[in-house]
Amino acid sequence: MKGKERRIRMEYVIEMQDVVRNFDRKEVLKGVNLKVSPGEIFGLLGPSGAGKTTIIKILTGQLRCTKGASMILGQDTGALEPFVYRKMGMMMDNLGLYERLSCYDNLKLFAKIYQVPRGRISEVLRQVDLADAAREPVSKLSKGMRGRLALARAVMNEPEILFLDEPSSGLDPQAVSMIHQLIKKEQERGAAIFLTTHNMEEASKLCDHIALLNEGKIVEYGSPKEICLRYNHQNKLQIRLLDGRNVALPNGSMAADEVKDYLEKEMVETIHSTEPSLETVFMELTGRRFE
Amino acid sequence: MKNIIAIFQKQIKDTLKNKSVLIEFLIFPIMSIIMEYSIHIEGMPEHFFANMFAAMYVGMAPLVAMSAIISEEKEKNTLRVLLMSNVKPAEYLIGVGCYIWIICMMGSCAIGISGGYKGKMLLSFLTIIGVGVLVSMLIGAAIGTSSKNQMAATSLTVPVMVVFAFLPMLSTFNESIEKVAKIAYSQQVSILINGIGKTGASAENAVIISGNFLIAVVLFGYAYKKSGMA
Repeated sequence: MKGKERRIRMEYVIEMQDVVRNFDRKEVLKGVNLKVSPGEIFGLLGPSGAGKTTIIKILTGQLRCTKGASMILGQDTGALEPFVYRKMGMMMDNLGLYERLSCYDNLKLFAKIYQVPRGRISEVLRQVDLADAAREPVSKLSKGMRGRLALARAVMNEPEILFLDEPSSGLDPQAVSMIHQLIKKEQERGAAIFLTTHNMEEASKLCDHIALLNEGKIVEYGSPKEICLRYNHQNKLQIRLLDGRNVALPNGSMAADEVKDYLEKEMVETIHSTEPSLETVFMELTGRRFE
Repeated sequence: MKNIIAIFQKQIKDTLKNKSVLIEFLIFPIMSIIMEYSIHIEGMPEHFFANMFAAMYVGMAPLVAMSAIISEEKEKNTLRVLLMSNVKPAEYLIGVGCYIWIICMMGSCAIGISGGYKGKMLLSFLTIIGVGVLVSMLIGAAIGTSSKNQMAATSLTVPVMVVFAFLPMLSTFNESIEKVAKIAYSQQVSILINGIGKTGASAENAVIISGNFLIAVVLFGYAYKKSGMA
């Protein structure tokens, strides 16, 4: 029985069961349950103060949960063994870069710690497009470049699990695009990616599954598409015609003739379904806006 | 061991670009060299400036450097990143500690040579300072560990550093201060280096320095338990 239980657990690289975390008397996490499979991009979405960073800190062994169980690669996060740290990569909101050292020297330190060959430093610098800035001190880099450098450091040891805390927060579109590409590459390599964000578009674009977190509780879980369809109460087709009119039709076979008619008369400018955005779903669930 | 070496090498590169820490290591050796070679007053004790600056160096440089390095790493979150990369707190402390100790010994060597110490006397001089530097480093580590940022660390470091660095000099001017100063390791370091070639180390010197060392260990242990490394 124990062996079977273990096998079931190892299907997930990350698992939290009824996790509660208190700070003094305040309950910051209120029974969080989540699972992340190998090779999956998992997004934890919530407004500031919802408990996202607390969850990452528990999963990475920086905090202990008050109640419940939290596992990573089959290990209790309250007592992580050294091999788990070697299989993790991390990019926290506070990047933790050595300002006076160059990009190359920052990575060289971690290359030695992870015992990866020096060639890997140039490789990851190229991946984040910082090869030309390799000798620049971090203090002279822009915010976007620093973010990319922190990501390069996080992927240098080819981790099995990559934790990204608000990876695109405050970055320019070019830097965000580069970070997204690298995240996808890491997924293709087989890494599980656990990212927190309050950027709904980013979550929809990248994540296989997301959890919406509000005031320490997961209020919804699923793939972005599933969640949006689940809350598609109107379930209509929104047609914008070339003459400027907007037509809303029920999303079903009964509207097929009418849609066909508009298409045949070449009157259609755009057709959209009316499923809500993740932000609208969050508002419906919590009565709060994402901030 | 690889982690200790990695931290040690990182620290060399980082401190060479960190003027505020670098100056702590250089100021007293430079002062000692200048004073020893430029000022000669009749009746002035042998090695006067070297001994005075060595005692001040022991009380200041390792304490300030250790506290500044740890508190900066905590503030900038770099220490947390290191610990999350499987660097153990002890490895970090040994890596940074070895670096500071070696630099301080190089500085002390310059002070000793400028004061005319040679051979066995220079070795005794460096041994005494080496022990004093260790105590200072532990006090600096306790302050750095208990502080959340550099500002908080500086507000604690400065008064502690002033007491330990300046007590040996002040006690030469005032007997009452000398009596009180005896309980400080920096004053014992001063007594011992002033006695090189004249008097050996007494049990009192050893007991007081060991007592200071133990208190520093306890202080560091308390700070570590209360605040954690990162």
